[in-house]
Amino acid sequence: MSSLEADVLVIGGGSTGAGVARDAALRGFSTILVERRDLADGTTGRFHGLLHSGGRYAVKDPSAARECIAENRILRVTAADCVEDTGGLFVSTPWDDPEYGDQFLEGCRATDVPAEEIPVAEALRREPRVNPDIRRAFLVPDAALDPWKLVWGCARSAEAHGARILPYHRVLDLEMDGERVVGAHVRSERSGEEFGIHATVVINAAGAWAGQIADLAHCTVNVRAGMGLMIAMNHRLVHMCVNRCKRPSDGDILLPLRTACVIGTTDVFVPDPDQTEIRQEDIDLLLDEGEKLVPGFRQARALHAWAGVRPLFEDTAKVAETRDVTRSHALLDHSSREGVAGFLTITGGKTTTFRLMAEAAVDAACEQLGGPRPCRTAEVPLAGSESHELYQISHRLAAREPVPQAEEIICECELITRSRLEEAIKQRDTTSLDDIRRLLRLAMGPCQGGFCIYRATGILHQGGQVDQAGANQTLLDFLEERWKGVHPILHGDQLRQARLDDWIFQGILDVEHLPV
Amino acid sequence: MNDLIRDSLDHCVKCTICETHCPVSQVTPLFPGPKYVGPQAERYRGAGPSSDASVDYCSGCGICTQVCPQDVKIAEINSRARAKLWEKRGVPLRNQMIARPTVIGRLGTPVAPLANWALHNRAVRGMVQSMIGIHRDAPMPSFAGKTFQRRSRSHHGPTDAPAVVYFHGCGTNYYEPVLGEMMVAVLEHNGFRVIVPQQDCCGLPLQSNGNFPAARTYVRRLVDRLVPHARAGLPIVSNSTSCGLMLKREAHEILGIEDEDLKLVSESMYDVCEFLLRLHERGALRTDFGSLPLTVPYHAPCQQRGHGIGKPALDLLALVPDLDMIELDVDCCGIAGTYGLKKEKYEIAMAVGKRLFDDITATGSDLAACDSETCRWQIAHGTGVTAVHPIELLYRAYGLGASDPAGKHGTRPLAAVAAGPGTSERDTGSHD
Repeated sequence: MSSLEADVLVIGGGSTGAGVARDAALRGFSTILVERRDLADGTTGRFHGLLHSGGRYAVKDPSAARECIAENRILRVTAADCVEDTGGLFVSTPWDDPEYGDQFLEGCRATDVPAEEIPVAEALRREPRVNPDIRRAFLVPDAALDPWKLVWGCARSAEAHGARILPYHRVLDLEMDGERVVGAHVRSERSGEEFGIHATVVINAAGAWAGQIADLAHCTVNVRAGMGLMIAMNHRLVHMCVNRCKRPSDGDILLPLRTACVIGTTDVFVPDPDQTEIRQEDIDLLLDEGEKLVPGFRQARALHAWAGVRPLFEDTAKVAETRDVTRSHALLDHSSREGVAGFLTITGGKTTTFRLMAEAAVDAACEQLGGPRPCRTAEVPLAGSESHELYQISHRLAAREPVPQAEEIICECELITRSRLEEAIKQRDTTSLDDIRRLLRLAMGPCQGGFCIYRATGILHQGGQVDQAGANQTLLDFLEERWKGVHPILHGDQLRQARLDDWIFQGILDVEHLPV
Repeated sequence: MNDLIRDSLDHCVKCTICETHCPVSQVTPLFPGPKYVGPQAERYRGAGPSSDASVDYCSGCGICTQVCPQDVKIAEINSRARAKLWEKRGVPLRNQMIARPTVIGRLGTPVAPLANWALHNRAVRGMVQSMIGIHRDAPMPSFAGKTFQRRSRSHHGPTDAPAVVYFHGCGTNYYEPVLGEMMVAVLEHNGFRVIVPQQDCCGLPLQSNGNFPAARTYVRRLVDRLVPHARAGLPIVSNSTSCGLMLKREAHEILGIEDEDLKLVSESMYDVCEFLLRLHERGALRTDFGSLPLTVPYHAPCQQRGHGIGKPALDLLALVPDLDMIELDVDCCGIAGTYGLKKEKYEIAMAVGKRLFDDITATGSDLAACDSETCRWQIAHGTGVTAVHPIELLYRAYGLGASDPAGKHGTRPLAAVAAGPGTSERDTGSHD
């Protein structure tokens, strides 16, 4: 590959980048997307999974609230396979001022977010585990959003319209022609091959890393990385997205996401978005806040903890608290800002509004590509969502019903069959089980890979994807990656699981002495 | 509100021990196994309807819960999932019928000869199979004609002895009233006055067929009948292991009934062998057993093991001279209450029971002992041997039948007593 040509080069493979690539491709532009790691491996793949109704921002950030509810309505239709219609509940716990509920309702009314106060008894009937001492409860149309399905749905949709999606391609440098960005010099992280991509417009959708990309064109994008911690619990303690009815703060969201339920988040400024250290005090904080929402939370089984970084855009003066930065997005045209043409940055925002961000970015790109072309992403469904059938938690169970023992299951927790795994390996053409995890949720259940990873490694080897040493390395890499998220929450039931997994991997497989 | 059954799935470490013990998944691909439908599938069951009809192939034997080293309430999770499934689909007529033994009992009893003819007529059973879905070969007991309740009304036992309350269950009432009389005789022999309160079904068949609301109604009604005695501090004994377990644990744990009266009844409830063994441990059991030169294989049914009381029947029968009990180590006979009656599950139930049948046949005995009525009927069906409750062996060893020369028990061979309903109009226990 010596060099590639495109109308639009998108840098960043999160929801924003994938959304931009899809939008541009749907408008008929030749499009290439590069991502230094796997798609949705950065912020998008590490967010809590809440498709906001806007309720959370209704009081503090009305424009963000309006955007959220509009996008929420669109994604339920165009990204149906990624959305579970759980509904949302805002509750005033004994730690929250019940009068905030009035501001909340007023804010929702003003921003077109449907919110309805329901009797506490009714809320407790719907969510029997929620703290019985709540004083008020409000229904909103929150939903759960599967980030990986969303990004891959965008990517496949873009590919179907001629785009090229290149994960594991790192931008080494931007190619400049005077004061114009004309492409990028990239390296394949898998093959090591370096090549150029020439493009009329380069869109920087690198999120929390957008500043690093902008630097390459000597432009300034001031994005702060606000690290948020989340913990996945073993099963659904709540069936709706339950929010504390108060000003947004730490640990005030608990939502069902696929088979788990997730509590989040914290918000801590980190200087480097690649350095996210999980602190014990933050784990404790989340578990304590969980206990306020659902008594007994600390006794429930925690599966995994992880941190993601929000891209928080600050245009001018420093802001003391990251939560005070607007959650609306920022579109920067570097020709008007710094006189650098052919280069746009889209950052800030949130996954719920990724489509809107993409639309804004491609609208701006159109101006440099010969005039406006209509955006179609609000109507055309994503790849996988053509039937408009919303995701339901029982889908995987239902799929196995016809003949339950017909095919061996490789990942028992996530109900992944051998053929589904083999198909995914072939589709991704990868040696990384983490890539497969993001596609299928391999090893994301209670045993955290204890029973499926050695099986999956064997299948990878059997299929000729890796040789013996490569298989061993793959296994070790994956175990190490899982361990990062397991060790911060090791207590109770998950500690027992970790001991059993340890006996399997150390005692039976002696993984520490595998030849690699 | 904590949901202790669902929450127990958090303890699962996927060790698969339950799967290796499940008698059903070993014989059919239609049941994906206890770990799969229990702690695994439960994570996929949200607030809405679930779609895994395969959970209905769980027989509810409860072995998974018993063997789980992590204390996951697997069978209980499955039981509730089944109820949720039928809540959505509506419990089929067949399951509604076979789950109401008192209704069947009341219908069949007045016309016992005709009903029994029909129950054992190939042509009628063929029709029943195709119209209702009860397998034509499934073991069906015979109506006794005169219920245990009626028989006990004319029985006059001691009046000044310490009292014990007898919860006989539907099987004894409609099909095995003679066993009920033996229970009374054995208890009276040990110096008790036996109170037989009015009683109805415990709701267990409704629970295992997924109709929880109706099951709760039955439990509550039964508890109302029993609780005055429990309040009076009287022990309640039962010879039906599954019905006894329902009151001891399942009504609370599976049906989720939170009720002080139920709690009182639960705490007063004893399996009869458990009760007698406790007597023996206090030195209060009469041990005037005569010789019973028999070799009898003994099967402890799944529900009996659910009591967590060991196998008291074997300890008791070890006191009987010349009686050689063979302890069988097979987990399940397959019938699981009403499971093996169903057209689509009969073959599975028979396949589950095969090892037990083979082991019993291999002993060469024409008699087997087992605490649970439906299991006895299944064993008799699967082996051709006579299956009796351990109480019947004690009754014989006490010589209670023999001391009643005019009574039917003394003149009938043991096997005949066990095989079918009594025909005599005489009251048992009048010997005392």
